[in-house]
Amino acid sequence: MSSEVARPPAGAPAGKMIKCVVWDLDHTLWDGVLLEDDEVRLRPGIAEVLRVLDERGVLHSVASRNDPDAALAALRRLGVAEYFLHPQIGWGAKSTSVRAVADALNIGLDALAFVDDDDFERAEVGHALPEVRCIDAAEAATLADRPELTPEVVTEDARQRRDLYRADLVRQQVESRFDGPTEEFLATLRMHLTIAEAGPDDLLRAEELTVRTHQLNTTGYTYSRAQLDAFRTSPRHRLYVARLSDRYGPYGTIGLTLVEQDSRVWTIKLLLMSCRVMSRGVGAVVITFLRRLARDAGVRLVAEFVPNGRNRMMHVTYRMNRFREIGRDGDRVRLECDLTDVPPLPGHLRVETP
Amino acid sequence: MMENIREQVRAFLARYIRDREVADDEDIFTAGHVNSLFVMQLVLFVEGELDCPVADEDLELENFSSVDAIVALVERRTAAVRG
Repeated sequence: MSSEVARPPAGAPAGKMIKCVVWDLDHTLWDGVLLEDDEVRLRPGIAEVLRVLDERGVLHSVASRNDPDAALAALRRLGVAEYFLHPQIGWGAKSTSVRAVADALNIGLDALAFVDDDDFERAEVGHALPEVRCIDAAEAATLADRPELTPEVVTEDARQRRDLYRADLVRQQVESRFDGPTEEFLATLRMHLTIAEAGPDDLLRAEELTVRTHQLNTTGYTYSRAQLDAFRTSPRHRLYVARLSDRYGPYGTIGLTLVEQDSRVWTIKLLLMSCRVMSRGVGAVVITFLRRLARDAGVRLVAEFVPNGRNRMMHVTYRMNRFREIGRDGDRVRLECDLTDVPPLPGHLRVETP
Repeated sequence: MMENIREQVRAFLARYIRDREVADDEDIFTAGHVNSLFVMQLVLFVEGELDCPVADEDLELENFSSVDAIVALVERRTAAVRG
């Protein structure tokens, strides 16, 4: 089937997009020097740039030589503190700060921009980290006009990206402190899983998930937005997205499932989950949802699995959910599910289904 | 040797199920829900720590659902290797 032939990752050109802007403070974000003037004001146009980029899903951070407490207090006084993730304020090299931001956000250096008024600082960062785009503070007010900061489509996940990162940060802190059984920890999260048929707004994120997800991906089939849109409206297919949130906030759209339906057999062509939710037990919930649906429709439920060296967990998951091998075609394994004894949806998280 | 394996399996499960004692014949997947990460760790434990290869056909819930079941799986696999 031509739709399943591997194609170059759709994400490749997006490598040129900037995902995070790292700001200097003195003479860049605000006029003047904080240690000489504790009434500093944002430079003209900066508040607007921060807001517009944030709405596009571009993150902001800080690399500044300043007193950390004074600088954070100034950011709060100016009403912009909440924009900045992992601000690096101290007396070390700016390149060290920029790298720390990249590490903390798990973003490649080639997706970072560094804005500073000082030629020396830009040269230092440019020399140590040549992939980082260094921008003169004189151009800061027009950042929003740059194509590398203007995504073609802004998804719902992008709009709330800063919140997703913040919620993850809190979760990591809580999880590393929690010294109890896994199941008990999961129960404390008060998770809410929504399984829904994909809408037009989900296509970009869906495409991104097929390209980026390898470990928790049953087949690795990648589909373009146009192909996904065709599945979405096809009477022979169902395309589901899964969204997760918990007491700390949203995770965004974290799962995708494509089911091919004929009158007697439904085939799960693709089932994937973002690695960020690996320990949350949601993959099995989606499978239980599909098993119940197939049982109620009186059809057989088949799944395809294609090993890629990293996705054994998904094979194990199918097998432990009563799927047995019924055939092989090269690498591709076909499994069929026993639908005689399907468990109810679990109680440790709230599930909403179509 | 199998008693040793039984102890290892108990110790492994105790790391994940801490709020109660798990009897050797107790079904650890009672509700029918299987956390993928946990079950993967369980399979890797049997392969790595117990040195017992897990083939595709061994990947049945019944083979991993209790201490007794896991010990029995390892016994069968070890016997098979010895011929």
